[in-house]
Formats: sequence, C-alpha cells, structure tokens
Amino acid sequence: MTARAETWLWIVQRATAAVLAVAVLVHLATIVYAVRTGLSAAAVLARTQGNPWWLGFYLVFALAAALHAGVGLRTILREMTPWRGPSLDSAAACASLFLLVAGWRAAIGLFA
Amino acid sequence: MSGTIEVAVWRGGVDGSLRPYEVPEQDSQTVLDVVTYIQRQLDPTLSYRFACRVGMCGSCAMTVNGVARWTCRTHVRKVLRRGKLELRPLANLPVIRDLVTDMTAFFEKWTRAKGAFVPAADAPKDFAAVRPDTPERRAASAGIECIGCGVCYASCDVVAWNPDYLGPAALNRAWTLVTDLRDAGNRERLAAIAGDAGCHACHSHRSCVERCPKSLDPTGSIAGLKRATARALLRGEL
Repeated sequence: MTARAETWLWIVQRATAAVLAVAVLVHLATIVYAVRTGLSAAAVLARTQGNPWWLGFYLVFALAAALHAGVGLRTILREMTPWRGPSLDSAAACASLFLLVAGWRAAIGLFA
Repeated sequence: MSGTIEVAVWRGGVDGSLRPYEVPEQDSQTVLDVVTYIQRQLDPTLSYRFACRVGMCGSCAMTVNGVARWTCRTHVRKVLRRGKLELRPLANLPVIRDLVTDMTAFFEKWTRAKGAFVPAADAPKDFAAVRPDTPERRAASAGIECIGCGVCYASCDVVAWNPDYLGPAALNRAWTLVTDLRDAGNRERLAAIAGDAGCHACHSHRSCVERCPKSLDPTGSIAGLKRATARALLRGEL
C-alpha cells in the first residue's frame, strides 16, 4: 500500500479507537442498567424502538467497530502470517463490510 | 574477587552452537573484557567486533544473557545469572560467524528512511541560526546521540515479525531530520517512512526505549513521525 493509504488507515484506526473508548463504556453501562430487572427482548425493544438517539449511537458504534476490526485484523495477519498485498487488503475490507452490514442491520432492527 | 565465570559463547553461523569457557573474575570487568580474554587467552579463532571500548562507536553490541547490550559498558557483575554468562550475536540480523552479525540490512534501512540531510536549494552560505529552545530543536536534540549499535533493532518485536520494518534506529534518524529546520527533504522522507513497513507498524512496545544504551526514546520519535505523516496527509503533502 502507498504511504497515503497506510497513513489513512492509521488515522482511521486512532479515530475509531477514540469513538470505541466512549461507545464501549456507554454499552457496558447500559448492560449493567438493563439487567437490573432481568433481561427481556421486550424491555430492550421498549428502550430502542423509535428512539433516534439509540439508533444513531448504535450506527456509529457499529461503524467504528467494523472499521477498527478490519484495519486491526489486516495488521495482525501481516505480522503473524506471510499474507500480504491486495488479496489481504480485500479480505480485510470484506471483514469490515460484513461487520458493518451485520451491525447496522441489528441497529435498524432494534429501531424499526 | 578470584572466582571464575562460566561463559557460554555462540560459535559458528546460523547452525552453530554454544561453547563453554571459564574466565577468571576480575574487578570492574566488562562483558567485552570477557570476550577479549577468551579470544586472547583461550581461543584465538573467536570472531567478535569492537573498536572504541568506551561506548562511542556502537560496534560491540551482543546478546548478553538474552538481552541486547553494548558489551564495552556492561559490567559483568550486573548481568551475571548464577555465575554464568551466555553470549550470542544480536537478534534480528543474519549471523556471519560467532558474535558477528551482518549489519547491512540495518544500515540500508537508514538509507531507505531517507536518513541523509538534504540541504535547501537556497540554503544560506553562513551558519544557520537554530534557537536551542524551539520544540523542533529540542526534539532533534533528544534523538541525535544515537551511536548506531543496533541494540534497539535487535530488541524490536515488530522487526522480528516483519523483517522489512524500518526499525527504531532508522526511524529515529528520520525524526531528527524531520525536526531539523534546515532540512528540505521532508516530503520524500515522510513518503518513505509512511509505507507498508514504516512508522505506522510500530506498536509502542518500547523495548527500544528500555534497551537503548544511550537512553534515547525511539518510540517517542516514531510517535512524532506518525503525527507528522498524518498532518502531511491532511494538508495534501503526502
């Protein structure tokens, strides 16, 4: 990859890490709050359905997680295996895309 | 002091093995003294590298009891493990023979990282005045005392994983030029050090900082390069 692309990936990795640091804390706090009275699908949906704030939060959370995981996976594979080049970059991009689609689908499912 | 030190020394090339020697213990003895004793008194076929003996030239680095060190400034007393010393060539570099490594790849990376000063086309004929209290000059000063011993390179996990990685010493050198107000080669330099095996590959494990005999901070230099490349990218200069 070019110097430009590598530097973009580094910026993306740092920026998504900053988002995830906050998002994971919110997520953990929500879990602790949500299980106080027992966890049920109805209780979760009551909180998220039709709530644009939760939708926005989970869309951003899933986007950051998907990008962060793809870039990180590419780095780990390049260090731990001889895999390099466009095939690895495409595979990492596919991993990101899969996580993004799965995450956004879940977020929209909770909202709709 | 009148005991003996059990010393195991790597002999041969990649397929070599450790050979045992017994060396008399002395006051203020350095690891380099031990190696020299073996070659002069016990086994003249031992190959090793040294020059200045006072921590300036950077040629005597070896792996001492598993840790890369400059042997001329390492007291035996401080690194002995149960009265024993194990000496191997530096890691992450091809072994030529015994304790001597081929440092070609190490120094080629300084060239790849554009580690040479590039004067500006309109450079003043007189001395350039660089204020010592500017952040750039301070950053350069913190990195310029590198003696090129290769200890950081041998201690770096990322070099071990990716042999193409430029490594702490070459990147630290690049940083001292990025922060050099007189240098005009930063556009090419930042492009050279931001590639696949450049500054962004560093995980900030800080083994280089831990092991550098000159107490430099290559991890900090590399962090500076990461910021400099990001700024250059956002300004459209990368």
